[in-house]
Amino acid sequence: MNKNTPFTPHMKMADIIAANHSLLLVLPRLGIRLGFGEQSVKEVCDHYQLNVDFVLMIFNIYTFAGYLPSPHTLATTDLHPLVPYLQSCHRYYLTERLPHIKRHLLNIAAHAGDRYGTILRNFFADYEHEVQDHFAFEEQHIFPLLPPPDSSSPVSQAGAHLPVPPSSHLAHNHSDLVDRLSDLSGIVLKYIPGDILTEELNELVFGIMQLSSDLEKHALLEEKLLIPYIKQTLKHPLP
Amino acid sequence: MKPQPVLLILEPSDIIRAGLETLLDRQFTLLAPLRDYPPDLPGRLSRLQPDILLLNPTLIPAPTRMQLAALAQARPSMAIVALVYQYVEPQLLETFRAVLDIREQGSHVAQRLRECCRTEPDTSPESYELSERETEVLLLVAQGCSSKEIADRLHISIHTVNTHRKNITHKTGIKSVAGLAVYAMLHNLIN
Repeated sequence: MNKNTPFTPHMKMADIIAANHSLLLVLPRLGIRLGFGEQSVKEVCDHYQLNVDFVLMIFNIYTFAGYLPSPHTLATTDLHPLVPYLQSCHRYYLTERLPHIKRHLLNIAAHAGDRYGTILRNFFADYEHEVQDHFAFEEQHIFPLLPPPDSSSPVSQAGAHLPVPPSSHLAHNHSDLVDRLSDLSGIVLKYIPGDILTEELNELVFGIMQLSSDLEKHALLEEKLLIPYIKQTLKHPLP
Repeated sequence: MKPQPVLLILEPSDIIRAGLETLLDRQFTLLAPLRDYPPDLPGRLSRLQPDILLLNPTLIPAPTRMQLAALAQARPSMAIVALVYQYVEPQLLETFRAVLDIREQGSHVAQRLRECCRTEPDTSPESYELSERETEVLLLVAQGCSSKEIADRLHISIHTVNTHRKNITHKTGIKSVAGLAVYAMLHNLIN
């Protein structure tokens, strides 16, 4: 019952962004810049030489809770651009979002007294390590299973020399990354004394919540698109 | 015979209102529908006492969005259902008891709405204090013990440990082991 209309190729790009402003974060990862005037998604994608089906798949997953492309769409859309997209997400999280959150968190930790300060600093340091390890594992062991789209070697050969990790490895757990982040925002909201640096606390909680919802979608892209696609591609290599 | 549920429709489109009235006429007592969001909606609802308020979420003026949650809380016997045919922010939809998509099959619409009436939210007061046993389990989780280890240490089944863990997460809102460790520290349960 809870279905909204998914976005389609001939909708105006500007209307789609107005409908879900969090897609503003997605555009630079696809290399799309603002200033697309009245152009439709299809026209913008053609301009940037992007596959419109792929772009819409991303937009729809970010926008509609529970949206997943049909098995047919999944089987007929080239998902190679997904790896560069996910890599660019990783870069964004590691070089922009986490440092942003860390800056506010350290400032709060410095004003929150020894006890709270130490707890916050340790929690975040552990979290940062876990994120780095998690991304490094994916970039080293999972992403290479799908060669870049312009690779001269056919997919069958490119993937074939790599051992396929067991399924449990492929779908390694994202939920802890998201859970720990939402726990952090809950802890800051409930237990850090609210009489210090109100603005800073708000910035921190907003920052964490934004990253948390972005990471949730990111995990969905990996679990519901990338992993099934890798499995399918390795089983039935493209000609 | 059970009385028919009383339904109030708040929808700007004449076509859609007429369609709903045709589909629901025999099974619901339909109040005169509204085409705009009235500023005195809470007052009207307490006068009209509908069982279901079927509301197009795009009609709610932005500043009164919070009012919706308050309305739902004040009148738990009334189901507020979103009537959706275009993009609506997911956060806003969450404040509704249920969502009715306009593409729902005509023959199903009445049944869907009846179901919404039946699922009253659980409003019984509950305690967010951890029990003694839950605190024991929390401490062991925070120290990195697995459910199996906790079961052995406390001489209870793994199933019971998992139930305690679920309750702990429900009461504290914290899911990760790292988060639970912080919770234990902040409550002076461990150093």
